[in-house]
Amino acid sequence: MNLTLKIWRQENEKAQGKFVTYEVKDISPDSSFLEMLDILNEQLVNKIQLPIAFDHDCREGICGMCSLYINGRAHGPDEGITTCQLHMRKFSDGDIITIEPWRSRGFPIIKDLMVNRDAFDNIMQSGGYISVNTGGIPDANSIPISKENSDLSMDAAACIGCGACVATCKNSSAMLFVSAKVSQFALLPQGRTEAKIISNIARMNREFLCANFS
Amino acid sequence: MKKLFSSSVGQKLIMSLSGLFLITFILVHLLLNLLLLVGPEAYNKAVHFMATNPLMHLMEPVLAAGFIFHIIYATILTLQNQKARPEAYAVVDQSESSSWASRNMYVLGGLVFIFIALHLVNFFFKMKFGVGGDLPKVVYEGIKMDDAYPLVSGLFKVWWYAVIYVIGAVLLALHLRHSLWSALQTLGMNNSNLRPILENISILYAVIIGLGFSIIPIYFLIS
Repeated sequence: MNLTLKIWRQENEKAQGKFVTYEVKDISPDSSFLEMLDILNEQLVNKIQLPIAFDHDCREGICGMCSLYINGRAHGPDEGITTCQLHMRKFSDGDIITIEPWRSRGFPIIKDLMVNRDAFDNIMQSGGYISVNTGGIPDANSIPISKENSDLSMDAAACIGCGACVATCKNSSAMLFVSAKVSQFALLPQGRTEAKIISNIARMNREFLCANFS
Repeated sequence: MKKLFSSSVGQKLIMSLSGLFLITFILVHLLLNLLLLVGPEAYNKAVHFMATNPLMHLMEPVLAAGFIFHIIYATILTLQNQKARPEAYAVVDQSESSSWASRNMYVLGGLVFIFIALHLVNFFFKMKFGVGGDLPKVVYEGIKMDDAYPLVSGLFKVWWYAVIYVIGAVLLALHLRHSLWSALQTLGMNNSNLRPILENISILYAVIIGLGFSIIPIYFLIS
């Protein structure tokens, strides 16, 4: 496959960014989207140019690290997957693909397509609670949690905090992330649960400026 | 209480509750208007009942407050939302994740507001305060009341007024298409079973209101 890529390049948070157009040739339809970007980066390095910075980690669809707003959609045109699980067979030969970073006040751009998602950690820290025992292994029954609550909490914990909800929402709202984390934490012993939820939301308002509205 | 008006969740709640109030009002309004199709007597009697009922007098300022809160908080939230994404995407394709109406609620609301202003000038001020001269009187069963029927039927015989009112009804329907289920979602009524049901009820409600308000000017235009 031969493709034209319009990729957002930005030196750092403060710099003015712009789209730069790249051509990639002979891409296998079976390669993943990130592999396609790897191939492009190799070409750039060979030409002594700076490679494109983009986030990725496990490349197994579970860590939530990869981002990318591809042709107007978070994680690209496929349904219910992260960008690392997107394959080039979803595109056609000769396509023009526009690749942008997550855009939100709460996610400042670090470089090119990488954004800083500390805001999510800050929200969790403001409301979440864990015991860190530095001694031996704690007794498994010291804080009993019902099977039902544990299952529901795990369901909510399926949110891997990738930021696609913020990237997609027209108001750049973190409401989906916060609601998943509130459910996840509130079902487990947290001490003052209500106070924690309010602090989650207050933190979200500070980080993202808005709630899901309209 | 201070938090209610300043927090994002509180502001959403104000939008939801004022919206649900207006949604209820519009249905009452439509039912009354549909009496225009029955005839002058039914319509005039209903208008007279509304004008003389003490409960309606009580509800009028509440209704005005509902509109004002809804508009003010929509503006505050829309301005906040714009600040939340300082740099816009170059390419946006949200066709699969949201409806067009949901992404343009403020624009639709603004257009509906312009329509409401015209509507108040056309009817409300004339019926309520006698702006432009008192309405003719009519007597039914010994009770003297305003004859509001010719005011409405006369206006809708002007083809471009009829067109404006049909456009107003369509804009209102688009606004309502996203309103009902979204307002209920804000109150916590959302899960995978409930959501499709509420969305369909919303669409049905929007179609009923849109068609209902469209039928009236079309009826007078062609009759």
